[in-house]
Amino acid sequence: MLYAVLCYNNEDVTSAWSQEEEDKVMRDLTAVQRKYVEAGKLGPVARLLPTTAATTLRHSRGETVVMDGPFAETKEQLLGFYLIDCVSLDEALDFARELSAANPAAGSYEIRPLSLFKPGELAP
Amino acid sequence: MTDTAWIDLALVSARPQAMGALLRYFRSLDLAEEAFQEACIRALKTWPKNGPPRDPAAWLIFVGRNSGIDKVRRQARETALPPEELLSDLEDRESELADRLDGAHYRDDILRLLFVCSNPALPATQQIALALRIVSGLSVKQIARAFLVGEAAMEQRITRAKARVAAAGIPFETPDAADRAERLAAVATMIYLVFNEGYSAMNGPDGVSADLCDEAIRLSRLLLRLFPSEPEIMGLTALLLLQHSRARARFDAHGAIILLEDQDRRLWNRPMITEALAMIDKAIRHRRPGPYQIQAAIAALHARAERPELTDWNEIELLYQALERLQPSPVVTLNRAVAVSKRDGPEAALALVEPLADRLSSYFYYHGLRGGLLKQLDRSREARVAFDRAIALATNAAEAAYIRKQLDHLEADAIASITPAEEKQ
Repeated sequence: MLYAVLCYNNEDVTSAWSQEEEDKVMRDLTAVQRKYVEAGKLGPVARLLPTTAATTLRHSRGETVVMDGPFAETKEQLLGFYLIDCVSLDEALDFARELSAANPAAGSYEIRPLSLFKPGELAP
Repeated sequence: MTDTAWIDLALVSARPQAMGALLRYFRSLDLAEEAFQEACIRALKTWPKNGPPRDPAAWLIFVGRNSGIDKVRRQARETALPPEELLSDLEDRESELADRLDGAHYRDDILRLLFVCSNPALPATQQIALALRIVSGLSVKQIARAFLVGEAAMEQRITRAKARVAAAGIPFETPDAADRAERLAAVATMIYLVFNEGYSAMNGPDGVSADLCDEAIRLSRLLLRLFPSEPEIMGLTALLLLQHSRARARFDAHGAIILLEDQDRRLWNRPMITEALAMIDKAIRHRRPGPYQIQAAIAALHARAERPELTDWNEIELLYQALERLQPSPVVTLNRAVAVSKRDGPEAALALVEPLADRLSSYFYYHGLRGGLLKQLDRSREARVAFDRAIALATNAAEAAYIRKQLDHLEADAIASITPAEEKQ
């Protein structure tokens, strides 16, 4: 089963990391990912720019409106996501636990099973 | 990152909102600061045990307000502090309450707090010091280090700034659209000043001056979250990110300046550049150009050039023309002259620079650029005079060292041009 692991945290806090803290967190997360890459389980991994870089297209009164900013003002923001192939929810939760352990400022990880996945051709 | 480091970060992030709300409650910077301080002390006691609250700012506002009220009451000899455990058990229910109290206000609270520090009645140095102390929560010691002054002098400067703010009156009425725009512009200027203070004091990629740049970027992102549709704030954020993206490439191992064209572009911070370019894209959609957007667009043209010779100097020159129309100033013209020199050569640039002599006579970069142009035109004697003026006006060691290197080149060129003649004899 494919799962999306969505990472949420307060971006005020994550963007206040020093370069050293940032680098360490990224190293530790990469170490967690490696195991899953080697097992052929990890799909795309994406980190999003802050919500200040977001633009939202809404539908209102029969027309589309472009708004600056994220879809919703929330206390934690969606910062990135993983796609992972797991045999069970438990395995997906284990992956999220490992991410959480590697990241002391970890916020929350939402695990959402996928109903459709088209890998496409995009590779930077 | 340890737990306490995480708590420190949470406190720093929540500070503007919490301080802004406490300022509204207590109508005094000092009382708000004390209340916030008290709330932070309690957070450090209870968060490691109970875990951080989901909404640190609401928690701090709630606790800070209670302790502030207590203090006021105690001064009136009424009641004692409530026992610690009552405060430690703040449930989400209560923070929701604080939330409801503050949700509607938080944007104006933060803007007011920033605006108080950007009061145009304050000289720039006081604005920067006050903002770093009140909004960013830097210690007086840290700020003093950034400004290279003693702690006592900085303490005095901040006290004076606070007194001025109090005398000018803190604006508590809800701002209308025109007020907001005016405050926003003043705050943007203050953030830019904070950044520049850090940028010009820098002599390496790390240290306290780099912290000032990070802080300014944090504040401009905060402002953008409050006012997500302001293209000039997008421009400001982009500009600061682009300038700061070069921090690792601006100096060599000895702290000497490396000019933009000589920098190792692989050292530029790509994520910052990516974010800035995204900001500029968003800003352009609004079709309301302004000085920050134009400066960001210029910086972006440098960032997009993989090699210095790929820099689009023509486009940069056109953007400087646009900036001159919006904000005429001799410094902008001087910058345009740099673009002209790259595109049309030193002669054309010098023609643009010479008329600025009176207005920029005490400006380091004027004499530095003029010296460089004269040098290119082989007018060594005049170049030397210009470089000597520049050295006398240098504001830091790195600038002086850079000019000295130019003078050394002139010497070397002079010797090289004499040598063949001597051989003839």
